[in-house]
Amino acid sequence: MRVDRAGTKRDGRWLGLYVLAYLVFLYLPVLLIPLFSFNDSIQAAFPLQGFTLQWYETLYGNPALSGALVNSLVIATVAASGATLCGITVSYMDLYGRSPLAATISAIARLPILIPGVIVGISLLILINLIGLGPSRIAIVLGHILVALPTTVVVMRSRFAAIPRTVREAALDLGASDWTTFRRVMLPLSLPAVLSAFMLAFLISFDEFIVVFFLAGTEPTLPLYIWSQLRFPRSLPTVMALGTVILATSFIIAGTAEILRHRGLGAKRRNPA
Amino acid sequence: MSALVAAQAPKARSSSGFRLAMLLPGALVTFLLILFALGLVLFLAFRGNDGSLLGVGLTVDNFVTVATDPLYWTVTLRSLVIAGLVTLATVATAYPVAYYLAFHAGRRRGLLLFLVTLPFWTSYLLRVFAWKIVLAYNGVLNSALIESGIWSEPTLAFLNTPAAVVVTLAHAYAPFAILPIYVALDTIPKSLLEAASDLGARPFTAFRRVVLPNSMPGVLAAALVVFVPTVGDYVTPAMVGGPASTMIGTLIQSQFGKANDWPFGAALSVCVMLVILVVVLVARNADRRFGSRT
Repeated sequence: MRVDRAGTKRDGRWLGLYVLAYLVFLYLPVLLIPLFSFNDSIQAAFPLQGFTLQWYETLYGNPALSGALVNSLVIATVAASGATLCGITVSYMDLYGRSPLAATISAIARLPILIPGVIVGISLLILINLIGLGPSRIAIVLGHILVALPTTVVVMRSRFAAIPRTVREAALDLGASDWTTFRRVMLPLSLPAVLSAFMLAFLISFDEFIVVFFLAGTEPTLPLYIWSQLRFPRSLPTVMALGTVILATSFIIAGTAEILRHRGLGAKRRNPA
Repeated sequence: MSALVAAQAPKARSSSGFRLAMLLPGALVTFLLILFALGLVLFLAFRGNDGSLLGVGLTVDNFVTVATDPLYWTVTLRSLVIAGLVTLATVATAYPVAYYLAFHAGRRRGLLLFLVTLPFWTSYLLRVFAWKIVLAYNGVLNSALIESGIWSEPTLAFLNTPAAVVVTLAHAYAPFAILPIYVALDTIPKSLLEAASDLGARPFTAFRRVVLPNSMPGVLAAALVVFVPTVGDYVTPAMVGGPASTMIGTLIQSQFGKANDWPFGAALSVCVMLVILVVVLVARNADRRFGSRT
């Protein structure tokens, strides 16, 4: 038995080293972007040519860039609101609605995971042209609600499921209507998860490229702006400076969402999904 | 207890207004944006291209072209091979990480779990772009190799190859694979492992006969969530793949862009969805064989 345990410990150490190497592989290429954004050279190559902030200065006073940024922020806010609203209602009705329709909706809402982005993009492109909307910001919002929906449904569903059933039954027994129970009891109890779902949906929309490529009209989002700049070697350092800002923002928002997701009720249960 | 609850349940007034309001947003999105939109793709796939939005006539010409033109066979096969390799690489490299998280991480588990999922929430475009600057002719890898004296001249061999696509996609989708495997490993009752070791199983036997089969549902789920987005990817081939790495997603995208043959693009999409359906069914079948608990 003792031999066994020592063996497990040794395995753990080797595995630990492997995990470390894996994390390096995961982060190293991404961290090259911030590294070279401070490098005083057009080329992203070693040796480094000295420290500079000039690429960050080029971000200021660029109307195309700030237009794309505002566009992305507006679209991400609206799409995240829509996706969170759908995530809340779909998962709540799935768990408590007791109807096959609600269960079906919940199952379909998680379906986009099994559809490649390019097909989500073209199917919506056909739809928006059919209903006369055309490529536009509203079209992008619809696309991003769809892309973020599986995430918001999964986050909200695991939170609602973690609330003891007796809480809801007590509210109903004490005479609260369905609506009051939902608004005054269930929603406040899952507020951290609502915020977390919103932030994750916001990030998904803000960074999304594959679907937006088909749905954007004349006003590009930030990833589309970056894509358009990648063709010009001279603008690569600027893209890296912009990328650094986006990466830092994403890290902060994802970190906050993670903390929120495990606060309150969820903290007692280990619930990774 | 549950009988008691069930007996009380009918007392709760279920107002139909509440139900309608709660079902409406989800119903609109799922039925209109998902099912109806996918139905449109299916419909369009059987139409001829006359430049109008929904095409003309009813025809299977698009599918005949896909089936008879060797170009589409080559590209489909290439997409399957690339996506298959990426899936294999991500799942195989993610498994030990998930295993460590489930059985050895201890107090560091929360932090590690956060660290491996964090890249998932960062820009896909930027992650692919990072590989472009790594692999480019005057890029990071070449300059580092020359700087350290291993190579004397930069090589073109890295960028614009199918291998570059595989590496980049495997990196971009790596975070997708860890979580499902970890969840499957974490839900294996510890008593099962103790029973195996009490009954005299060596650690490796216990792993092969107990842990691995029990984690198969997670492995299959991980394989699916990596395979689906990679098989239809068109950004990575365009960024780091060069002309020899055109994938099926690239062809679909060009039908709705430069080539401007929407019905044919829709037919290609239907074929991709069929391929995915087959993969899902195979995975589900395998899942059932392993006696899925999820």
